Amino acid sequence: VIRKADLLVLGAGPAGCHAALAGAEAGLDVVLLDEQDTAGGQGWRAPLAGLGMARKGADALAGDAMRQRLARSGIECRFGRRVWSVGGRFRLDAMGPDGAEAFEAERLIAATGAHERVVPFPGWTLPGVIGLAGATVLLKAQAVLPGKRVVVAGAGPLLFAVAAGIIAKGGEVAAIADMDGRLAWMKRLPGLARRLDLLREGLGWSLSILGARVPLLAGHGIRRALGENQLETVVIGPVDGAGAPVGGAERTFDCDALAIGHGLVPGGEAPKILRAAHVFDRQRGGWVPTRDAYGRCSIAGLYACGDGAGIAGARPSAAAGTLAGLAAAHDAGRLNQASFAALAEPAIQQLSAYRPFAAAVTEAMALRGAQVAAIPPETVVCRCEDVTRAEIDAAVDAGATDINQMKHFTRCGMGPCQGRMCGDIAAELVAQRRGVGREAVGFWTQRVPLRPVALDQLLGRFDYADIPIPPPAPL
Amino acid sequence: MTAATYDLGVIGGGVVGSTLALFAARGGLRTVILDRGPLCREASGVNAGTLTLQMTRVALIPHAMRAHAMWASARDWLGHDVGVVVCDGLSLAFTEREAALLEERAGKRREAGAPIRIVGRDEARRIEPGVSDKILLAGHCAIDGYANAYLTGQAFRAALIDAGVTVLENRAVTGLDRNHGGFVAETAEGPVRFKRVVLAGGVWIEPMMRWLGIHLPIKTLVNQLSVTERIRPVMRTVVGIASGLLSLKQYPHGTVVIGGGWQGLGDRERGGVELVPDRLIGNIRLACHAIPELASARLARAWAGLEAETADALPAAGPIPGIDDAYVCGSIHSGYTSGPAIAKLMAEMILGREPDLPLFPIDRLLKADTP
Repeated sequence: VIRKADLLVLGAGPAGCHAALAGAEAGLDVVLLDEQDTAGGQGWRAPLAGLGMARKGADALAGDAMRQRLARSGIECRFGRRVWSVGGRFRLDAMGPDGAEAFEAERLIAATGAHERVVPFPGWTLPGVIGLAGATVLLKAQAVLPGKRVVVAGAGPLLFAVAAGIIAKGGEVAAIADMDGRLAWMKRLPGLARRLDLLREGLGWSLSILGARVPLLAGHGIRRALGENQLETVVIGPVDGAGAPVGGAERTFDCDALAIGHGLVPGGEAPKILRAAHVFDRQRGGWVPTRDAYGRCSIAGLYACGDGAGIAGARPSAAAGTLAGLAAAHDAGRLNQASFAALAEPAIQQLSAYRPFAAAVTEAMALRGAQVAAIPPETVVCRCEDVTRAEIDAAVDAGATDINQMKHFTRCGMGPCQGRMCGDIAAELVAQRRGVGREAVGFWTQRVPLRPVALDQLLGRFDYADIPIPPPAPL
Repeated sequence: MTAATYDLGVIGGGVVGSTLALFAARGGLRTVILDRGPLCREASGVNAGTLTLQMTRVALIPHAMRAHAMWASARDWLGHDVGVVVCDGLSLAFTEREAALLEERAGKRREAGAPIRIVGRDEARRIEPGVSDKILLAGHCAIDGYANAYLTGQAFRAALIDAGVTVLENRAVTGLDRNHGGFVAETAEGPVRFKRVVLAGGVWIEPMMRWLGIHLPIKTLVNQLSVTERIRPVMRTVVGIASGLLSLKQYPHGTVVIGGGWQGLGDRERGGVELVPDRLIGNIRLACHAIPELASARLARAWAGLEAETADALPAAGPIPGIDDAYVCGSIHSGYTSGPAIAKLMAEMILGREPDLPLFPIDRLLKADTP
């Protein structure tokens, strides 16, 4: 049985929820799907029930407000669904608690969010090394500390959010290593100051970090992580603005956890699988679908919004989601031009007001080429298939010119994550080795399933006689 | 007038074009191979890698057996490994109808020289302990196996360069003209000239033949394939079913590749653009019915690759009628299995030697009224 709707929205973060709300309020029959059990995505994640966590902070309040709106909306929320296939114009196949489900609509909004980028360094696969986003989930949703003594490292504002979160829960932060120097942040201050509420939140994190007397190493990166079977020590050293290691004293910190992240990569699997046109945009995290101002992709009926369509942050994503939902309703003939323009105007204003702030933040989170260039040869890049930087370089030397050819030569990206974790780094390495731009190297051809799915779930119950076996090939 | 730069131009860098170029160069011809993409990245790089006789057309059995031996000894003549594993193969029958189909098909293939015999359930389960106890019969063939298709391009690229072939990857040919007793291939980067030409474009042979004013219809199949995550060993043979719509094997690193030619959506212009979820599930049901333990795995990736088929589903391999020094080679059914042997025969013919197995001239496929 296929559930037919006017609009399918994939992903229930700030972008997807606002898209679904805008579409539903304009009269569309909307189905909203997410792998998580509640709406909120990564940024506006709901806490696990029963933890009694205090709800404060801008993100928590915004998330709660959004979930309340959603609950009143009449949108069919299919949460806890692992969407494994995207196809047609448009069909989604999902696996949920009750087995396989299929959905069809003439319009699809992809709001699938981003995943964290970690630029590999020696020891990054040791247990105890986790992403900043993973640490955020532990802190926000489960009220769990990532370790007893944590080093927080990488780039972007999430560093300070995670460090402050650990301190607030009574944990110890051994050190913070921010790849950006103080000068870089000073340059971004005008942009950040355009959102005083968020800047104030950031200053609050800084004050709590100062109060806890945590060593803050600006302009520093992780050289290596050490430990027998578990992280024991990290070595930190100075880096320049482009991410290259530079001379200067290295410092060693004992710790049992390292929370690290180097920005976010758009996770736009659905537009890729549907073969929408894409463009490489380093500032926005990498390859993003080409879109108009409302999120319309190159394929009629397909829209993309939120971090999955280019890193922007939760609030711009919410506004972009509203625009995509309105555009879907307008394109479906449910909103006349005047109403569409009137309803879109506030979201357009919001997006434009957020732009300087978002630009300042995404600059800190963009991939730094010199940091990738400094990855040592023996360091694993693809952890699913244990492929090192040296093997990727060797594939290019053996004639691989694009990332898919390199994948064939090395198995890099062939594992269960389908190259989500390593793709951005692997492509950068191929481009650098060839001395060409990222456009010339391309991106992995996206395949189903979007996430690994158990065969016994896919099978369902069946009789052999009912398998529609096509006629045999000629003899 | 510009003299031809090469003795032979091969257009299409799949397993057929690459093998042909390799043996032509080793036979002394100055050879160039052109492909619009990297070598062996279409059918030759994304197929299931099965090297089985039990899905091979009867007329191709001698070629497939020779090609199987070539794949098994790839290190010797190709110089590079493509992960070939030689093992037993089973073709299963679960119903009386399939059992009859199996006996008929195995018999015809045996007559053509394939060492296939029918075995009962118990013996089949001794050969492959992972196979379902629901089978009635199986066809067993000791000549079976598989390659890692994705390694094909890397292996051929190195071999071709070693043999002195000029490899022009990412070099799309947009037209082919006769010129002063030779041919000139037009590309965006400039013309490439050669005395003789082989069109080895798989599903793209049809548009390539159009350059020469000949209509040779080639059907495009869009074969769906999937692969699991790495799992503990659940099988050790290549397993198919009587109808031929399953191919299944577990690689040494633990992944299981599920194929069999279930059709996705696409065409030669766009490639295999979309999988049909219901057919993917049908294919997986068949696989898990054959090897029940497989159901404990997770699906990691699925894709579609193109396969070419002529009107009679036999290869297009021979001279192009009416055009001197022009040849076509490709659209071989299960071409990854048989391709190297047929391409080598073609190379020998071009080198002036007498092929010792029949080729498949295309006169039979051309309408009488073709100009």
